[in-house]
Amino acid sequence: MSELLEVRGLKIEAKKEDGTPIPIVKGVDFVVKAGQVVALIGESGSGKTTISLAALAYTRPGLEFCGGEVCLHGEDILTMPPLGQRNLRGNRVAYLAQSAAATFNPAITIGEQVTESAVLHGVLTQEEANIRAIELYGALELPDPELLGRRYPHQVSGGQLQRLMAAMALIGKPDLLVLDEPTTALDVTTQIEVLKAFKKVINEEGSAAIYVTHDLAVVAQVADHIVVLYSGEVQEQGSVEQIINNPQHPYTKRLMAAVKPKPTVDLASDAVDARHDREHDNVRVENMTAGYGGIIDGKPAITVLRDIDMSVENGHVVGVIGESGCGKSTLARVIAGLLAPAQGSISLDGKILPGNMLSRSRSELQKLQFVYQMADTALNPRQLIGDILGRPLQFYHGITGKENRRRVNELLELVELPIDFAERYQTELSGGQKQRVNLARALAAEPEVLLCDEVTSALDSIVSSNVIKLLSKLRDKTGVSFMFISHDLSTVASFADEIVVLYAGRVVEQGPVAKILAPPFHPYTRLLISSVPELRIGWLEETMGKREMAVGIARGVEITEVGCPFYNRCPMAIEGTCNLDTAPVHEPSSGHLIACHCSLEDIIAVEHETQQILKGFEGIGDKVDINPTGKAAVLTQEHF
Amino acid sequence: MQRMVINRILIGIVTLFVVSILVFVGTSILPGDVAEIVLGQAATPESLAAYRAERGLDQPLYIQFISWLQGMATGDLGISKAGGATISSLIDGRLGNTMYLAAIVAVISVPLSIALGLLAAMYPGTWIDRVLTFGTLSLISVPEFFIATFMVLILAVNLHWLPAISRISPDATFLEEMRGLAMPLITLIIVVSAQMIRMTRAGILNVMNSPYIEMAILKGVPRKRIILRHAFFNAIGPIVNVVALNLAYLVSGVVVVETIFAYPGLAKLMIDGVQTRDLPLVQACAMIFCGTYVVLIILADVAAILSNPRLRNPK
Repeated sequence: MSELLEVRGLKIEAKKEDGTPIPIVKGVDFVVKAGQVVALIGESGSGKTTISLAALAYTRPGLEFCGGEVCLHGEDILTMPPLGQRNLRGNRVAYLAQSAAATFNPAITIGEQVTESAVLHGVLTQEEANIRAIELYGALELPDPELLGRRYPHQVSGGQLQRLMAAMALIGKPDLLVLDEPTTALDVTTQIEVLKAFKKVINEEGSAAIYVTHDLAVVAQVADHIVVLYSGEVQEQGSVEQIINNPQHPYTKRLMAAVKPKPTVDLASDAVDARHDREHDNVRVENMTAGYGGIIDGKPAITVLRDIDMSVENGHVVGVIGESGCGKSTLARVIAGLLAPAQGSISLDGKILPGNMLSRSRSELQKLQFVYQMADTALNPRQLIGDILGRPLQFYHGITGKENRRRVNELLELVELPIDFAERYQTELSGGQKQRVNLARALAAEPEVLLCDEVTSALDSIVSSNVIKLLSKLRDKTGVSFMFISHDLSTVASFADEIVVLYAGRVVEQGPVAKILAPPFHPYTRLLISSVPELRIGWLEETMGKREMAVGIARGVEITEVGCPFYNRCPMAIEGTCNLDTAPVHEPSSGHLIACHCSLEDIIAVEHETQQILKGFEGIGDKVDINPTGKAAVLTQEHF
Repeated sequence: MQRMVINRILIGIVTLFVVSILVFVGTSILPGDVAEIVLGQAATPESLAAYRAERGLDQPLYIQFISWLQGMATGDLGISKAGGATISSLIDGRLGNTMYLAAIVAVISVPLSIALGLLAAMYPGTWIDRVLTFGTLSLISVPEFFIATFMVLILAVNLHWLPAISRISPDATFLEEMRGLAMPLITLIIVVSAQMIRMTRAGILNVMNSPYIEMAILKGVPRKRIILRHAFFNAIGPIVNVVALNLAYLVSGVVVVETIFAYPGLAKLMIDGVQTRDLPLVQACAMIFCGTYVVLIILADVAAILSNPRLRNPK
């Protein structure tokens, strides 16, 4: 009997404008057995999405099949007539895309989109399809299954849309699912919930799947078989145990090495040095409330940030972490003066700054520089890199002519780019190179503080770990302070001295990295840390079994006017207190602040449970000895 | 959403007010004094003064404007200086004629061009698309008087199939009427359709690059359904705007066509008004044209709002 899907010698080419072919996929072979999940892993540009789409006999415009075969139940689908291919798509093979927000048609109700393929292919009648859709919504743990179908995509959250896409794929009971980075765009706590739902449904429906991702930790949770791709060629393939525990090919080893390290504490760093005197503050945010819309009585129409107190010390890196929508970027915008705060103040070197950047002086502007997430949109595609870097030199420092060119070259060297890049346009650069230019542009102003907003989020793991290395070097060389915003705890932990944890517009915990990553935790920080996938088979099941995960994952963020914002997801919530009063701030050790209603003793008591999670954090386990009082041994050494 | 619709309507009213100022000031600064033109040879200082007093022309400009605006709002468009008939009675029949022609053109050209635009978008790069693109591009570039004259030359002068002039007599049968109107109709349909076809095609193809269209392909949805169900509703916004602009053009921009075929429409009346310095008539026509534009653009905006589920169903 033939296998479910056999890919043999698959070749796909793109055509240049002059007609010369560029090979994209160069002869790939692999097999998907019934009921098996096969992961295709590799960096962007490795051809993994292109290969996965071949399972639906589809190529993106501009690409074409030019060799090999893709057999579904022994029948080559690449040579099928178009009608046959159409009958196969959405019926026997279904596709789940990376961004559900872009993949759902904004003008059509969810119900119609979910049931469409099954009804069109004649698998189910509209009534049967509606019933099955409601069953699937229930199985995927979506709220209000009965009414969900009548809503439009913009009326549900991103994590819900991602699960709805799974319902859309599963509606016609396909033999094979193709999942293209289905959790990459999600927050960690959302990712774990979606992963759990996918895994459960795949098991229950008994369908096979091709799972495309660059994230090895995710692969370890869902896959049976792994195919490692680089530049359109298979480097290595084998069972998940073999690839994860015993990789053979050098490229696989490199990929494993670039897996973001678990949030770890490095005792050698001066992070534990918790001096908090205002003399050393570069930027200080005091009692700041900000939001969008008109401000009435110091309250904006939509409040995004509430009572924020934080500071960036001279030469330090402050990581700001939180899920999408928690107000991280708004915080950076307020500090940069792009959005005036409704209450509170921003000061720079002890001097209060005007809220609006238009009223700030040129030297105040020069000292605070913003680095945007998307270098593509931040850099003018019609200007030479040399001009982009030369402009701030001239604007802030009046440097022109030869001296300007010399400084541009210095900047390029600083960010480890060849100096002839000055004569190029940003469109000729790779994503990582653009981000380096983006950094160089900010550094050209010779700022005191760099505000980096998700600067590595759009990059591959290998590229992004290189950018982080560069950032650390820049800090040592230039002495610049950083505010480093990210939704990715591992990235922040690897680079920051202090961490500020934001939740629904409020600071729930802040302090030196070592203290944030070690108990006692704010319940939200604990959820966040536990949600980071580990490169370990069976981690998902283990984690989902925990009490705080069950509560935290099931509910979404609610922005509240009063009380603790984390109330509805907190396993330790005290009704009548947490939902009504603002949480008091505990200071378990100098500079480490936790905003929680529970007493420190209670928070520490739950740490017994947490220790289990921490066993997974080998980095911490090695370095920080946790004793039952909840104080890390490090602190004891430091203070006594 | 209601607020957005009301907002659009209020903006429309403000626009009309601003336009009325421009029209009034614009016609007032035209050279020549109305009283002198009307009285002509009979003008003596006394008769001029008497005429001005009678018409309120000795009042300051803003008082004249307010009384003129009041008249406009209540349907009293003033009295024509040529012959002294009320302007409403002059416009009445002409407006009907123009609307009649515009309505027939709209009923034929809007569905036709959207259908052809969809057809071109459904098979991009095929011969159907190429023929439509070539045809519409050629027709957009050719001025309408050329199309009209060319048609007169072929259909009326050479072949004698159709009358060269489109005067409608009240006792003509429907068939005779259509024969008379055939050439202006065809000319206008060609002129307005070309642009609408191109915009429909471009609007749809723009949406066709979205990830949700790729998703529809990967769900095995047939191309026809992808265009009609998945792409069209997301392209409505730009399409209705082009449709509205072209319909407004049918009311106000058809001077050339009306002149060539001697069709008694509103645009031709306005040109005659300009020639005879009949300023109240010119003002009234200008306001009708602007009003048509404003109303159609508001309708297009409202249609675009209604077609967007984000605005129709807030969270």
